[in-house]
Amino acid sequence: MSTVLRKEYVVVRDDYAGAGKVSSDVKSTLSSIGIPSPVLRRIAVACYESEINMLIHAYGGDIILEIGDDGVIHMTFSDPGPGIPDIEKAMTPGWSTASDKAREMGFGAGMGLPNIKRVSDEFDITSSPEGTTIQLSFKVT
Amino acid sequence: MKITELIEKTGWKVLAGDPAASPDAEGVYCGDLLSWVMGNGEPGQVWITVQVHLNVVAVAMLREFSCLVIADGAEPAPQMLEKAAEEGLTVLASDLPVYETAIMLREAGI
Repeated sequence: MSTVLRKEYVVVRDDYAGAGKVSSDVKSTLSSIGIPSPVLRRIAVACYESEINMLIHAYGGDIILEIGDDGVIHMTFSDPGPGIPDIEKAMTPGWSTASDKAREMGFGAGMGLPNIKRVSDEFDITSSPEGTTIQLSFKVT
Repeated sequence: MKITELIEKTGWKVLAGDPAASPDAEGVYCGDLLSWVMGNGEPGQVWITVQVHLNVVAVAMLREFSCLVIADGAEPAPQMLEKAAEEGLTVLASDLPVYETAIMLREAGI
């Protein structure tokens, strides 16, 4: 598979004011090349939740958007730590380690990772103290 | 229902955006936990919340809500209203609690 579109973004730790910027750009980029709305909405949910996780739980991170010539949309979210000690717990709806500050702003519902998994066609997560990587793919048809 | 018609029926104040340019309202969603709203809201719904932080705008736009109603007289941060205006999101203000605000939407015909 070769890549027909690739974009990279940086998420800054604790940048609550900038939260959602990457997701908005990803959504408008994909909309401009004709990706159908139902797929766009799924990607927007996954991207927003991942972006939020990076700024409230991790030390920021990088997001890569890629579309292959097979039409599948791939997204990779990688951060430099501190890692998720128990992925199984983190995947449980309602379970959260968000700070009081994050909760005051409406984050910390414990629905981030479950939402991401639910809307993706493929979901893979690896985590260690050195960082967490989430790889997602979305079929357009 | 058009948002301009909704405003006529409820008398809610417009805090930001252009109601005439808002997508028609096709239902209602109430919630303050952003991930919950992100995961369960549907395009075209009127979103009632007491969250007044900037991030509400990002969720409303990504979720393609028709407009936002800030309930219970909560006061939005100025940055939130600036962002909403920039993004073209209509923000309305209701002095009533979420439950009564939702009832008003129901009675208005949504």
